[in-house]
Amino acid sequence: MFTQLLAQHFVHTALLAGAIVAVISGAIGIFVVMRGASFAVHAISELGFTGAAAALVAGIDPVIGMIGGSLSIGFVLGILSLRGRERDSAIGAVLAFGLGLGVLLLSLYQGYATEATNLLFGSIVGVSDSQLRNLAIVALIVLAGLAVAFRPLLFSSIDPEVAESRGVPLRTLSIVIFLLIALTTAEAIQVVGVLLVLTLVITPAAAAQRLTGRPGMALLLSVAIALVSTEGGILLSLEKPWPTSFFIATISFSAYLIARVIDATRPATAREPRRKRTEPEQALQASSPDLTEGAQ
Amino acid sequence: MSSRRDKVVSVQDLTLRFGERTLWEDLSFELDSGEFLAVLGPNGTGKTSLLRILLGVLKPNSGRVEVQGRPPKCCAAIGYIPQQRIFDRDLSLRARDLVRLGLDGHKWGVSTLSRARQERIDLALAEVGASDYAEAGIGRLSGGEQQRLRVAQALVSDPAVLLADEPLLSLDLSYQRVITELLDARRRQHGTPILFVTHDINPILPLVDRVLYLAPGRWAIGTADEVLTTETLSSLYETEVDVLRVRGRVVVVGTPEDHNVHHVHEHH
Repeated sequence: MFTQLLAQHFVHTALLAGAIVAVISGAIGIFVVMRGASFAVHAISELGFTGAAAALVAGIDPVIGMIGGSLSIGFVLGILSLRGRERDSAIGAVLAFGLGLGVLLLSLYQGYATEATNLLFGSIVGVSDSQLRNLAIVALIVLAGLAVAFRPLLFSSIDPEVAESRGVPLRTLSIVIFLLIALTTAEAIQVVGVLLVLTLVITPAAAAQRLTGRPGMALLLSVAIALVSTEGGILLSLEKPWPTSFFIATISFSAYLIARVIDATRPATAREPRRKRTEPEQALQASSPDLTEGAQ
Repeated sequence: MSSRRDKVVSVQDLTLRFGERTLWEDLSFELDSGEFLAVLGPNGTGKTSLLRILLGVLKPNSGRVEVQGRPPKCCAAIGYIPQQRIFDRDLSLRARDLVRLGLDGHKWGVSTLSRARQERIDLALAEVGASDYAEAGIGRLSGGEQQRLRVAQALVSDPAVLLADEPLLSLDLSYQRVITELLDARRRQHGTPILFVTHDINPILPLVDRVLYLAPGRWAIGTADEVLTTETLSSLYETEVDVLRVRGRVVVVGTPEDHNVHHVHEHH
């Protein structure tokens, strides 16, 4: 039965859609993790749900509503470019309200049960050819954005003060990255659903960060882990009729656990600094207790 | 290398106000090639703001700033060492990547690193003695090692002037000396003037050519011996302030906010 299913067109479509979403989720995840924006991704995803619910009520394609919802919240978060606790509480407040609104909208919609389940938990097997094409177009936009802005995005994500001093436009990049995150989230919702977006956008990137110190390599590893999780999840769900999202979440979480174990057990030399000399703290302090001695 | 006494930085009649509060009025000074200027003063007197104006990211209410005769608009050759921030332990960024960002992190598009740029990064790492841990994850290095890399990051673009914001904060004495020696070597070998914001003059007292003292609403500039005196500081603060010299160290007593202890002040 497994091989029979593999020959089906809808399975090919699902695998392709999964691959597209995995590539951009894994790539954007690196920036999400570096900026500490996991909670923002969750909020963008839930506002995507609200947008989709609104679209259903209005009788238009929920994907359009989803993209609209995530882009609006992404734009707002990007413009505010808040940091730390202030951002967390603001996001929490908006997220909760958006979800409440989404619940109301869904209850107004006739086909409540299936659509809600699909939005919340994903429905990759239902992807049509035209949806696949749209997924690919949006993914190309995200990848192009990342390629053009890769270095300034990296710079502004981890080292904003110096980046600004070198002429990197922090606010513009904050808007750009949140819009790219919003597009990616809207894509990921179609595969794993609103509630499981983090399994593709955060988990692979978090695992990759444990495995390498190189930013470019981290991005590639994150994409690889997201790809294995998504494609593996889809294939497993052909074999056993459990939800695809469950398998995807399980594989990516396993990768995360394995990465942590590898990181914890590897020899210290791999990522820790090599030190030939003694610690300069001790060496210098012994020879000169007061460096201003003799001044004036 | 720099026999001509060029004015690398020129600050003219700078005025900065935050709302009703005037931080300084008509602040003017110039930086010669190779000069070491310490910027001192209590919290809230606009030390970091002055750096941000020089970097071109903050607009003063009036006045002009020029670096090498041009307004500091975007990536003018300025090296910047910010207040220390600790990187996440897991951050996927090697020491050499941090330095590389100082070279081409502001550029759009993707490109591979040319041999020449690779060599510049290697040289900058070697100059600060960080070659041994160039491949290490930045978040796993000590504060002192990270600060050395900050110096390399600021110098890799071969800046015309170096701005440092409390670069010794939270470093122990030996690393304070390592960092000040690196900065001193840079200005002696390349004539790069240094503007050094600090709460504590003592670690850099032997190196300082001039001191810019920012007090609430007033300022003074001159050599350490001219500025760090009971008379000058008393008139700046409009209250009796005593400046003592104890075994070569400067101790200021009686300022409204005793600036001679290490304040770790909130950034932003």
